[in-house]
Amino acid sequence: MKKLAALVLAIVLALSCLTFASAEDTVKIGVFEPSSGDNGAGGKQEVLGIEYANSLTPTVEIGGKTYNVELVIVDNQSATDKAVTAAQSLVSSGVSIVLGSYGSGASMAGGDVFAAAEVPAIGVSCTNPNVTLLCDYYWRVCFLDPFQGSVMANFAYDKGCKKAYVLSMLGEDYGNGLAHYFVEAFKALGGEVVEDTFPEGTSDFSAYLNNAANAGCDVIFSPCATTYASLIIDQAASQGITFPIMAGDTWESSVILDAAKGKDVDVYVSTFFAEDETNAAAVEFVSGFKAWLNANPDKLTNNGGNDIVAAVSVLGFDAYNVAIEALKAAGSTEPAAVAAALPSVTYTGVTGAISFDENGDANKDMAYIKKANTETGEFDFEKTQSVAGLAE
Amino acid sequence: MFDMLLPYLLAGISVGGQYALIAVGYTMVYGILRLINFAHGDIFTAAGFFMVYLVAALPLSISVPLVIILTVILGFLVERVAYKPLRTAPRMSIMISAIGTSYLLQNLMWYVTGGLAKQYPVLPWISDTVRIGSASTKVVTLVTPVLTVLLVIALVMLINHTKVGMAMRAVSKDFETAQLMGIKINNVISATFILGSALAAVGSMLYFTNYSTVTPTVGAMPGLKAFVAAVFGGIGSIPGAVIGAFIIGICENLMKAAGYTAFSDAFTFALLIIILIFKPNGLFGEKTAEKV
Repeated sequence: MKKLAALVLAIVLALSCLTFASAEDTVKIGVFEPSSGDNGAGGKQEVLGIEYANSLTPTVEIGGKTYNVELVIVDNQSATDKAVTAAQSLVSSGVSIVLGSYGSGASMAGGDVFAAAEVPAIGVSCTNPNVTLLCDYYWRVCFLDPFQGSVMANFAYDKGCKKAYVLSMLGEDYGNGLAHYFVEAFKALGGEVVEDTFPEGTSDFSAYLNNAANAGCDVIFSPCATTYASLIIDQAASQGITFPIMAGDTWESSVILDAAKGKDVDVYVSTFFAEDETNAAAVEFVSGFKAWLNANPDKLTNNGGNDIVAAVSVLGFDAYNVAIEALKAAGSTEPAAVAAALPSVTYTGVTGAISFDENGDANKDMAYIKKANTETGEFDFEKTQSVAGLAE
Repeated sequence: MFDMLLPYLLAGISVGGQYALIAVGYTMVYGILRLINFAHGDIFTAAGFFMVYLVAALPLSISVPLVIILTVILGFLVERVAYKPLRTAPRMSIMISAIGTSYLLQNLMWYVTGGLAKQYPVLPWISDTVRIGSASTKVVTLVTPVLTVLLVIALVMLINHTKVGMAMRAVSKDFETAQLMGIKINNVISATFILGSALAAVGSMLYFTNYSTVTPTVGAMPGLKAFVAAVFGGIGSIPGAVIGAFIIGICENLMKAAGYTAFSDAFTFALLIIILIFKPNGLFGEKTAEKV
């Protein structure tokens, strides 16, 4: 009996050794994204880009050894309070690096947790400057709101709009930040601004739209979550608002296209990538990603039921590859080593060359402006805008 | 001046009517059970989701009545499962059960729908755009107050002139005595929840036609405001709830017109506090002293 017990014990030990050994060959990348809540639709598209990148690059060579990459996906529910719990669960599952989140508020809330655990995070589409400024463990691959705000202000001003109605959600980091930079830039150009905020959970926007019309505004700039955006577009159409409605990268979503389809509205958004880019990397990505989406019905549903390539998916793809480069450069799966290696990582992705400045922000200087086509239900490319173009 | 205010007034009357339909549900349940049914706002949300899913499979002429039936069943079940077993328990327990039910429903909806906003289907005619003077709005804005008043009149007739209505009035006057007189209070209470839920279902159709996005927590705000309206008008009083709802809806929109957009919600709740301080029974509340 004793012998049997010893044998069982030995086998158990051996097995645990085995699992330990195989665990060593896996490196975990945390995906910190909303798949529900106000930003759920966009978060899902960002995850799709990351999953697609993972399907193309499922392994990475770290310190001469090949590791399988395992994605640990959590849902931060687009809420700053839920984001902390989600971030903690990523940290405790032992991830080497984190990607995300869609939505600057959630990123900032999670940033403190990542910083405390010394786990590096790469923001995919969170554009508020404070994400990286206030957190030493946050980097990002997209442009920032001061740039985006002045791009849209210039665009609106060039279209002949002289008085802007700026509407954002009370206490939301992304919207308030972007609104602030838009207002600054628009005023500097000589335009007038009326600012308003709405409380969380608002569904009646008719009074706000009346305010805009009564104040004699000729453009609305409304950086807010897509849940509110579809209500704003719908009510603007039924109130007969004819002047353009503009917003930042969040609005580049099929939610907006569905809301605007068949209605008499002018909706413009600024974003990180245009589907009809002609460079080789972009063409390859777009065709590959579409094929991957169409081959997986679940993924197609997560993309909003169509195969339109969202800019956030492209950024998710690039962010994953930057993370892979960082793991290679670190030569270790230790989060601290990856964090030390990240600042000097450079990578040429689908959205252009990525390198980080001293704050951890990608040096990006190009934004794409798109218009929602209310007939076909797609985004039409309007123009590109670079920092250099703004300086003139 | 009037031209400027007209669109705000229209929006206020319309949203007031929708609050009224929810507020009636609160006030009826309170009148009978002395319970604030916190799950009522979530039943309203569920009605929205029923419509989203039913329209995907069935024609509108079937799904509209089916939404009302399903919502009624949900309201009935909530009462049977969460409140009936606690009939003799202290009032605090049943209140806690109501809050728990509210969270349970919210999280169930979150789970079932994946937590993403759903687009409410377009109901014909009431979604059309009309022009009134200088303002342009949906037909539903005009339909809501009329329909609300008609439904409430019908409800008051039902309470004053039918046997069930008489039983309801008796139960709300004195629970125990009514029971001793042979009134089947469980049936009366169920009838109350059924009526309240049916009105919430109609309210949700009007509400979501105007504000076409349904999320699991969308009912929380209108639910809270309807509750404030019910307290404002004097909880337990149906005409009070309706008038309170219209006042709140209109004031809220006038606040926004005056430029205090960020404070429009704060205003509603400040109003609640002021009412509770100066007129604890509300505008039309019963003035009975607490029985010792």
